[in-house]
Amino acid sequence: MKKDSLKSSRDLKKLRTDIGSRNQLKGWLYLAPALLLLLIFSFYPLINTFKMAFQNGYNGLAIVGGESFTLGIENFKSVVNFVDFKLCLKNTILLCVITVPISTILALLIAVALNSIKPLQKIYQTVFFLPYVTNSIAIGMVFNAMFTRVGIGDLIETQGIINNILKIFNLGPYNFVNVGSSWGANMFVVCTYIVWNAIPFKILVLLGGLQNVNKQYYEAAKIDGTSKIRTFFRITVPLLSPMLAYVIITSFIGGFKEYSSVVGIFGEGMGPGDNGQMNTIVGYVYKMLPKSQLGNASAASLILFGIILIVTAINGYVSKKSVHY
Amino acid sequence: MKIILQNLTKIFPSKNKKSNDVVVAVNDLNIEIPDGTLVGLLGPSGCGKSTTLYMICGLQKPTEGKVFFGDKDVTFLEPEHRGVGLVFQNYALYPHLTVKQNILFPLQNLKGDQKLSKEEALKRAREAADLVQIGDLMDRKPSELSGGQQQRVAIARALVKAPRVLLLDEPLSNLDARLRLQTREEIKRIQRETGVTTVFVTHDQEEAMSISDIIVVMKEGVVQQVGEPQKVYDDPDNLFVAKFLGTPPINVFDGSVSGGSLYIGSEKVLDDVNVPDRPVVVGLRPEGFVPDENGRFSGKLKSVEVMGRDSSIVFTSEFSQKPSARAIVDSEAGTPLDAEGNVHFNLKRTKVHIFDAENGNRIRF
Repeated sequence: MKKDSLKSSRDLKKLRTDIGSRNQLKGWLYLAPALLLLLIFSFYPLINTFKMAFQNGYNGLAIVGGESFTLGIENFKSVVNFVDFKLCLKNTILLCVITVPISTILALLIAVALNSIKPLQKIYQTVFFLPYVTNSIAIGMVFNAMFTRVGIGDLIETQGIINNILKIFNLGPYNFVNVGSSWGANMFVVCTYIVWNAIPFKILVLLGGLQNVNKQYYEAAKIDGTSKIRTFFRITVPLLSPMLAYVIITSFIGGFKEYSSVVGIFGEGMGPGDNGQMNTIVGYVYKMLPKSQLGNASAASLILFGIILIVTAINGYVSKKSVHY
Repeated sequence: MKIILQNLTKIFPSKNKKSNDVVVAVNDLNIEIPDGTLVGLLGPSGCGKSTTLYMICGLQKPTEGKVFFGDKDVTFLEPEHRGVGLVFQNYALYPHLTVKQNILFPLQNLKGDQKLSKEEALKRAREAADLVQIGDLMDRKPSELSGGQQQRVAIARALVKAPRVLLLDEPLSNLDARLRLQTREEIKRIQRETGVTTVFVTHDQEEAMSISDIIVVMKEGVVQQVGEPQKVYDDPDNLFVAKFLGTPPINVFDGSVSGGSLYIGSEKVLDDVNVPDRPVVVGLRPEGFVPDENGRFSGKLKSVEVMGRDSSIVFTSEFSQKPSARAIVDSEAGTPLDAEGNVHFNLKRTKVHIFDAENGNRIRF
């Protein structure tokens, strides 16, 4: 009797594992299309980037000749020692550090203001969201036109709208984007562009967050006589902190990959008169590709990857301490 | 602080832009709430009781009418200047702050002369926490508390700035049955200890009856009756109040008055009814039945539920407005049945209420 029951329980177990493995097989089968695409388009390039980065002097052509490269960190060395790369790194980091806080704070203020008005809210929302659905290269060209100045000295003929506005206040005209413009002026224009371009998505996320906040928190605060400023800092910001953290982390990641803004304003030359003074890390990577310096490009991408990883980790660590879920 | 509500009316515009319908949430409400009492606003959902509460605290402005705190007209005073404490239905505790920070929050808003030192504020917070017996939970977050504990924190937060009026919106609706019993005693105790004029809103008549000094029964924005719970129960002004109060609910029958006697069907159930002949609605409290084999009122027995000391006799009657009627009687009284399976009762005069068949108004006899 006892033996019987033992046997049956073992049978049951076997049956269960049979069903389990059959289900597992089914599971993998269902996942196959997605996995296949991921393998080809995500994992393979990722692994290949690592491979290229650690093959000294890899140029992509040698495979034809069967020549093999020695493994090492020569690519990284040459990238780091390259003067242009240091400029790219500086530009990228500065763009991030300047634009992320400004755009986040502006977006937060606009979202709070939008949330507190009833009439025309939808219209304003649409207006604020328009930059998000507009092509970034096109916006860049418009920015260039707005900041432009054509001519020299007394012969300045065409001025962009910004210089025209400054003229009213007896300022300028400044050379923001044209040949001979300073690095600082370029930086100012690019930062303005990025902030303007980054705000819509943040407003969208933060407004969504705000609309999910229980209105009773505000009613409770009102009854307790909480000032508007205190309500904002002690209630709104903490309750929005998950959204804020999301917005900040994603915009740091996006900021480090900044490229199209500079291309939009200055063209592929990545600077006024194609001097490349506004180049970014991603811009550097792109520049390496046609020169068959795939090894260098891969190494630069990996460096960028490392930077983003560290910054995101710091972000995650900070948000763990200050975000209230 | 005495609260007077004078001709208070709140009209909400219709959400549908095309129609011009408006919702009259509160209609010409007049109540005087004496200082230091615990008042229950009672009514089915959508009767305007929460709106009334929000108008007292100032979160909503009345369309017409006035709110007085003592002799002072506070109708257009902002909530923060009224000195009220409000406990929301879902407590609205700030989720990112600890219990201590939540209770301290109203104190940190004080400005000018009222501003408290850190130690003083902490002392006050501790006192409030001790009053509601959550002194040992001060460093927890609201999400780490049970519903009843959150409720206490919300009350402590409302009480910490020593409000003149404490308002509670459905204070027990988010608690389980056992906690509800316990918490309502607690609210009563806290109200007694602080002596603060308290208004709370509920749709649960048992809750309102058990702890209120005064209950205000509302229906569709109109006050039906105001008074001490027992008095309102014993002497309802209309059929709605009679039906709304009491568990099990009052039994309602179609009847008539003829020749100074009350009839249900052909049975003459009560004499000396000093009302002109007319059709009426008869309300019989479950405890108003006295089993008697020669009783004047009868119904077909459906079941008997024995609950220890009392028994519940469920019977049907073709004149009952509900499928069955219920009598609560002493278990020792037995169930006198006749040959046809009918149960017979005599009726206690004070437990019989007669109402106008058309408008449900009480007809006293």
